Amino acid sequence: MSLTHDLSRNRRATLEPDTRPGPRRGRRLSRRVPPVVWLLLLIPFLVEVGWVFYPAFNSFQLSFTKWNGVGAAQPVGLRNYTDMLSDPIFATALRNNVFWVLGFGGLSVVTGLALALALNKPRRGVGIYRSAIYLPMVFSLAVTGLFWRVMYQPDGPVNVVLAGIGINTKEHQWLADPNTALGAILVAAIWRQAGYIMVLYLAGLKGCDPALEEAAAVDGASRWQRLRYIVMPQLRNVNTVIFAVTVIDSLRTFDIVWAMTRGGPYNTTQLLSTYMYQVGFTLVNLGYGSALAVVIFLLAIAFIITYLARATRED
Amino acid sequence: MTAPTVVAVARQRHHGKDVGFHLVMSVVTLLWVTPLVFVAAVALRSFDDISFNGLGSLPHSFTFEAFGTAWSQGSIAGALGNSIVVTHATVVSVLFGGALAAFALSRYPIPYGRVILLVMLAGNLLPPQILLIPVSQICELLGIYDTLFALVVVQVGFGLGFFTFVLYGFMRSLPVEMFEAAKIDGAGDLRIYATIVLPLCRPALAALAALESTWVFNDLLWALTVLRTDTKFPITAALLNLQGGYTSQWNVVAAGALIAAIPTTIVFFAFQKHFVSGLLVGVSK
Repeated sequence: MSLTHDLSRNRRATLEPDTRPGPRRGRRLSRRVPPVVWLLLLIPFLVEVGWVFYPAFNSFQLSFTKWNGVGAAQPVGLRNYTDMLSDPIFATALRNNVFWVLGFGGLSVVTGLALALALNKPRRGVGIYRSAIYLPMVFSLAVTGLFWRVMYQPDGPVNVVLAGIGINTKEHQWLADPNTALGAILVAAIWRQAGYIMVLYLAGLKGCDPALEEAAAVDGASRWQRLRYIVMPQLRNVNTVIFAVTVIDSLRTFDIVWAMTRGGPYNTTQLLSTYMYQVGFTLVNLGYGSALAVVIFLLAIAFIITYLARATRED
Repeated sequence: MTAPTVVAVARQRHHGKDVGFHLVMSVVTLLWVTPLVFVAAVALRSFDDISFNGLGSLPHSFTFEAFGTAWSQGSIAGALGNSIVVTHATVVSVLFGGALAAFALSRYPIPYGRVILLVMLAGNLLPPQILLIPVSQICELLGIYDTLFALVVVQVGFGLGFFTFVLYGFMRSLPVEMFEAAKIDGAGDLRIYATIVLPLCRPALAALAALESTWVFNDLLWALTVLRTDTKFPITAALLNLQGGYTSQWNVVAAGALIAAIPTTIVFFAFQKHFVSGLLVGVSK
């Protein structure tokens, strides 16, 4: 579906003087907007204002208060934000989030791209391989988390298989050990995400001109050179979208951590999102929770703008 | 070398490459489905077998007992019902609302229409964390906290922007002559929407319905935000409860997780093409 293309055409249609004669003029149905059409737009728009924009604005307000949900919120200025600086769990969550963006983003993109390159050309069996790899994408993160909890049990399949190939893990508790817990969750998350990235890259590769690669091959370019200098430049747009989507997703990540460790053991797998949820809903510290949400928002906003700019770019 | 042998060698080489490709890819694919196979194996074993032989051993029993336990005692049946109700209501409302806004924006000279469209899309890209606390407060205030209705409303509000954006793009690509003909025949705005635009949008609506139904069905965060009572939980939240209640009974947990995975898997295979084209929205040029 070529949305961006349509958007740009629309813009041209409104900017350029229309010289066509008679009733075919313009693409619009009428020159003024009938009241009923305003209503059609306003109903969905107001629902979104009420359930998205107002709450988002409200979070900013709450972040400058101390409130447990009962009585009036008490204004505290910037205290929630200054408290954050000396909060060790916030520091852990922030560090983990950086690890998560790099690990989740990097590994799922590398895996997804490799799979897409391998499965790009139509041959027998490709459909089956593709389906198997993007099947996990349809499972919820909660389901994925539970699947892998089963896998990671001390007497579970992961340890048994590792022992089978000669790596004795001594019934390692992957999710209970602070050193391995976040990495273990990462593996589960990538298992689910790689298929999605693969689908995006497959679409991008479809748009590449095969003649360019063939010409380069004839000229003696190696496989790697062709990928680096011929294919990747053509994938620039897809890369931008994947980059933005992955970072936004990483900052949103909540379900899989919540399903596997709830941020434990000892807060070592806490991400900003899980910590925010815990502060806001378990500890009912609404002011501090809102401040954490605002931090997540501020980290995400640059990437949201990148995505928006790409989604509506003029060709 | 004569011509036929060249061809034969080339074919042979090609064949050799194919074997290598399939060898590597079948290993990768196998690796990918292994977790699923292991979990299915655990779900089909009896509790005694697991506690005696260990979770990672080969199955020594075969029973659907765990599915039964998860289904009835683990309240997965009720939760699945809740999920289906919420998913249906949300998908229908969000597509209906999104199509209304998209129709207005794409076919009428709404002032600042582009800005409105972008603002609506931006709302969908926000991290949900920034909405959670106020949303639960608003639900309390309206008296709908802890109802499935609240869960539907919240998800509709959060999804509208994206679907308006996508349907807008689709509606712009419809031929304008058709609308003009209807207009000349005296059809009103609502009539044009209902009899011309909606039927023409069916392929797009199908793709988006497949996509949104898996998103809504798979949601956990909104459910945890607006629901409190266990019996109202959708299946994702119920699964986490199940995991807490049957801590050492991994066959029950595995069975519950598999039951939760079935509906989205069916949607995926039934609408695979739609599903993938839905995912690609906004990516391809």
